[in-house]
Amino acid sequence: MFKEFAKGLSITFKHLLPGHSTTVQYPTVKLKPSDRFRGLHRLVPSQDREKCVACYLCPTVCPAKCITVESAENEKGEKYPKVYTIDLLRCIFCGYCVEACPVEAIEMTGVYEMANYKREDFQFTKQRLLK
Amino acid sequence: MTPEMLSLSNSPGLFVGIMLLKLLVVFGVTMLIVAYATWCERKVIGHMQTRLGPMRTGWHGLLQPIADGLKLFFKEDIIPSESTKVPFLLAPMMILVPALITVAVIPFGPDLKFGNFIIPQQITDLNIGVLYILAFAGLGVYGIVLAGWASNSKYALLGGVRASAQMISYELAAGLSIIAIFMLSETLSLREIVAQQQLDLWGVCSFVPNWFVFTQPLAFCLFIVTGLAEINRTPFDMPEAESELVSGFCTEYSSMKYALFFMAEYANMIVISAIAATLFLGGWSAPLNIAILTMIPGFVWLLMKIFALMFFFMWLRATFPRVRYDQLMRMGWKVLLPLALANVVVTGLVVVVLQ
Repeated sequence: MFKEFAKGLSITFKHLLPGHSTTVQYPTVKLKPSDRFRGLHRLVPSQDREKCVACYLCPTVCPAKCITVESAENEKGEKYPKVYTIDLLRCIFCGYCVEACPVEAIEMTGVYEMANYKREDFQFTKQRLLK
Repeated sequence: MTPEMLSLSNSPGLFVGIMLLKLLVVFGVTMLIVAYATWCERKVIGHMQTRLGPMRTGWHGLLQPIADGLKLFFKEDIIPSESTKVPFLLAPMMILVPALITVAVIPFGPDLKFGNFIIPQQITDLNIGVLYILAFAGLGVYGIVLAGWASNSKYALLGGVRASAQMISYELAAGLSIIAIFMLSETLSLREIVAQQQLDLWGVCSFVPNWFVFTQPLAFCLFIVTGLAEINRTPFDMPEAESELVSGFCTEYSSMKYALFFMAEYANMIVISAIAATLFLGGWSAPLNIAILTMIPGFVWLLMKIFALMFFFMWLRATFPRVRYDQLMRMGWKVLLPLALANVVVTGLVVVVLQ
């Protein structure tokens, strides 16, 4: 019994020695999220416009129904999303939209600091998603 | 003219002045240690659990105790409408006062000469010093029971009942473990006990002091364990077991009244460390009878011993889980009490044989 006590005490004492802390001082020190991290969405731009062809596959597959797409045709006769909004308050960051997209027009970034003050600020419009 | 002990009869003005000074210093130092013990505990336990502890308030969180104090000070003071008001208000004071008052008999240095008077570095040298400590340790339980009962809450009451059962069981073993010390020292005055511990070890080894921990290692271990149980520290913190009783007897308390319980917990820790240091580790005397070490003032040694014991208590808290209630009772009555009794018997036999 006393052997186990001593063992436990020695383990905690070893942790007390410098260099055993695993804490990251978050706001000042930030860990880099992995490449596969599913953070804030981003619409991928091509030369003059977004890659998206407004095929409606992402709002269809979205389990949270957080993507709103309205398609339109530009002067060249190409389909493009007139409206592309993601409601981040509903989004569950499952990444199905990325998987479903046939032209790889949407991807997920490593941004995870998305806190905000107003509900409207969580509506990510096309302009914001293209950044 | 030979110097005489400063007392109320030979120099009332000086006596009162010196007494007030001693009271202020001892109280101030104790409260300072209480404040920074909370910081130390959070740091030590944090690092032992591979965390950092407080880091944001000041350098490495050094201002955390002040921030905590201010926060508690500005919290709403809630008195439950179904509680019994007067005991509810009285209970926090009844816990803190016995905890602090015990420091009065702890000697923290050799006598000082001031003009024609001898001033002891101790608030008061009671010839029944240890009895006084035990009596106030016993009074401490009233505060907890009163807090538990006056809150009129199931958890608080259970915490209070547990506390009383635990403290009564462990006080016996604690008292018995100290009795072995009296049999060796033949005095109850802490001043005398410290003086005896400054002599040579067993009268033979001239540079090692005659600390009672060398003669009474079992009593020392028993006193540390029962002391932990008496001040309700982990692994014996049954009265405030969060996982079972929310927060035990202080569930219904908020604001400064909660802060008083918090302070009492740490003040108790200081008191138990100080008593253990005084009774077993030679009080303010140096660990070796060498001129360089004995030059260092007594209060430094006493504080070092107190801090070492407090660090040990924090270390235990970071390491061991809480014991179950039946385990606690079984250990108190079936292990610690017989051990303490046997220790008294063996010590008595040895004392008689050596005479």
